[in-house]
Amino acid sequence: MGSGGFAQDEPISIFPEEPEPFEGPEFGSSPQTPIKLTSRLSTSDYAFRAIARGGGLLVLVLMIAVGSFLAFRATQALGRAGFSFLTTQDWNPDGGKFGIAAMMVGTVLIALVAICVAVPLSLGTALYISEYAPRRIQRLLVSMVDLMAAVPSIVFGLWGFFFLEWRMTSLSRWLNDWLFWIPLFKVNGVTRNYTGPTATFYTSSSFIAGVVVALMVVPIATSIMREAFSQAPAGEREGAYALGATRWGMISAVVLPFGRGAMIGGTMLGLGRALGETIAVSLIISPVFIIQPHILQNGTSSVSSTIALHYAEATPFGLSALFAAGLALFIVTLIVNFGAAVIVSRSRSGAISEA
Amino acid sequence: MTTVDSAPGTTIPPRPVGGRPPQRRQLTGVRTTDMLALVGALAAAFCTTGLLWTEVSPFSGLIGYVVMTWFLFVLYYAVLVSFDQDGPAVRDRVVSVIVHSLGALVLLALVYVIFYTFFRGWAALHHLNFFTQDLRTTGPLSPLTQGGVRHAILGTLIEVGIAMGISVPLGLLAAVYMQEVPGTLSRFVRTVVDAMTALPDVLAGLFIYATLILFLRRGFFGFAAGCALAVTALPIVARAAYVVLRLVPGGLTEASYALGSGQWRTVWHVTLPTARSGLATAVILGTARAIGETAPVLLTAGVSAYINFNPFSGPMMSLPLLAYISVQSPEKAEIARGFGAACTLLVLVLVLFFGARMIGGRGAGQLTPRQQRRRALGSRRDLARFERYQIMRPPADQTGYPEEAEA
Repeated sequence: MGSGGFAQDEPISIFPEEPEPFEGPEFGSSPQTPIKLTSRLSTSDYAFRAIARGGGLLVLVLMIAVGSFLAFRATQALGRAGFSFLTTQDWNPDGGKFGIAAMMVGTVLIALVAICVAVPLSLGTALYISEYAPRRIQRLLVSMVDLMAAVPSIVFGLWGFFFLEWRMTSLSRWLNDWLFWIPLFKVNGVTRNYTGPTATFYTSSSFIAGVVVALMVVPIATSIMREAFSQAPAGEREGAYALGATRWGMISAVVLPFGRGAMIGGTMLGLGRALGETIAVSLIISPVFIIQPHILQNGTSSVSSTIALHYAEATPFGLSALFAAGLALFIVTLIVNFGAAVIVSRSRSGAISEA
Repeated sequence: MTTVDSAPGTTIPPRPVGGRPPQRRQLTGVRTTDMLALVGALAAAFCTTGLLWTEVSPFSGLIGYVVMTWFLFVLYYAVLVSFDQDGPAVRDRVVSVIVHSLGALVLLALVYVIFYTFFRGWAALHHLNFFTQDLRTTGPLSPLTQGGVRHAILGTLIEVGIAMGISVPLGLLAAVYMQEVPGTLSRFVRTVVDAMTALPDVLAGLFIYATLILFLRRGFFGFAAGCALAVTALPIVARAAYVVLRLVPGGLTEASYALGSGQWRTVWHVTLPTARSGLATAVILGTARAIGETAPVLLTAGVSAYINFNPFSGPMMSLPLLAYISVQSPEKAEIARGFGAACTLLVLVLVLFFGARMIGGRGAGQLTPRQQRRRALGSRRDLARFERYQIMRPPADQTGYPEEAEA
């Protein structure tokens, strides 16, 4: 920097060979000792830090209050039910028989259907936007995906309830006809030769609810994946092309490995959303409190829709039981979300989009 | 992967004698064979599915037809391309077709959901009374020329206003704290905020229901719904704002510190103005999210058919709840009202969304042309001010500018 006057044959280094002794005694005897820097906050900075810390603490207290209140209210029901809370299928808190087995299975199945539908869709959309779409419409497409995330869940729910439900039954029938040997796709009461009216066997199923929830998962997963794909380094892309790769060759060798963490993370964030979805699910499914492993069959249940349907007539103990179910759902969602956050932040791209 | 050939020079393969003269390869653009393969595969798939549907097997339903056609289309296309291309090129084409159709499917689904809602809601929307009346004298059997959703629009606006009044200042403050005051506590706040974004929305409603509604024993009221929405929106706003603040280029803040300004001045004059458009987007998207939430409102605001301006007493209707309840009625008019309410909600969200895109949508520090002009004007004004200083002060005095008054 300041030592600009070297001749060409001298070695260029930041520190000269013979350090000149410092003049002032306050710098210590050795020039290598770092200078102590102390900063004094001004009054306004103190005030700023105090206010910011206060705000942060307030948010912290609020959030912890919500979480601990959930746990606190849940203890009454959990204490009475004990371990059977996890294994009972029925939901009759005042009769003493209640548990989340059926609800949790329903919730997880709906979420899994949603994920199975949403992941190929969002992977394709993210790849389309970042790799295939013309540059001109790229920003428009990104906006449309963001818009999809902002569309209220009730709108998707109405669409699923009035439009999709009756049109999906034929697809459900088809899946059932050909895949009935997989227990998941079995429907009790219908065989391939059954000729009676079948539509009512297939409505209100976890499959249809899952497909509708998938539409809400797609924008979340897509925006995270697209963010990561578009950050794949240009040098490696061009390297792949220069080695003769086709576009898919380039994507599978560079873009997908680069975005793998974001793909997993985005999927898991979407799973978190799918587990907690309330309104669309409760519009579509018809609640049944037995474990329903057949996703095509009418009738299932989910934790959040149970809360939405039962809170009003609940006794204080019933409310406590609802809190316990909600707590279980919250814990599952929390685990999924933290897993997602860890995976996304560990990936090379490190792109965490706004949820 | 690459093995270096030990041959000393470059080997040029001998040009075949008597072959065709070398042709320039076309690298971009659409070739006729590609188009023919696409169209041919599509036609063949369509016809085969028709054959399957009508003659071979008792399939039925439009969705099944489309799905089957698509699978056959991909298959036929792969076969057609493989006639004149090799393996990697075939895979490339097939993946390209799949990716395009997946993207188109998602966008079609979005457009279709929006259009379907408007299509079903139009019956209610085109009566003006839908926006100017409430439902106090309207029953499920009343025609659509009676009654409207004015009370629900107002209720939604009041509830979301309360929710945003609570969650935006707190969320922004928390974001600034997480960004600007590092430490163990701030990391802990960040972890908790991250965790709370996972809170299912129905639990926020249940929390407020158990605290405000049951504890105060005064029935449902609008402020409770506002609080429930605030609990839902607070972590979302805080986290989105934090992400935006983190994108502010470090060079800008460091330059500000290097010029001697304190932290508060840097945050107020550099960080926040730079991130302004991103913060606006975060806030507006948070609002759009809060407007659309049904579950917290369902548990806390109660159902009413009349206008209620007072958020502290009496139930207060909101649009998503009205839609949710109306569509469960078997009456056609009531279902149309539900769709009308959903449309109104959708319009509110669209207005907010495009507002957010107009304000924000650009990264931190990117300015619109008008902002650039304004900034250039400001810096010219500063220059003139400095020159005035030079004239007023004798040049011998080199102590610099007078100290700024402490705030």
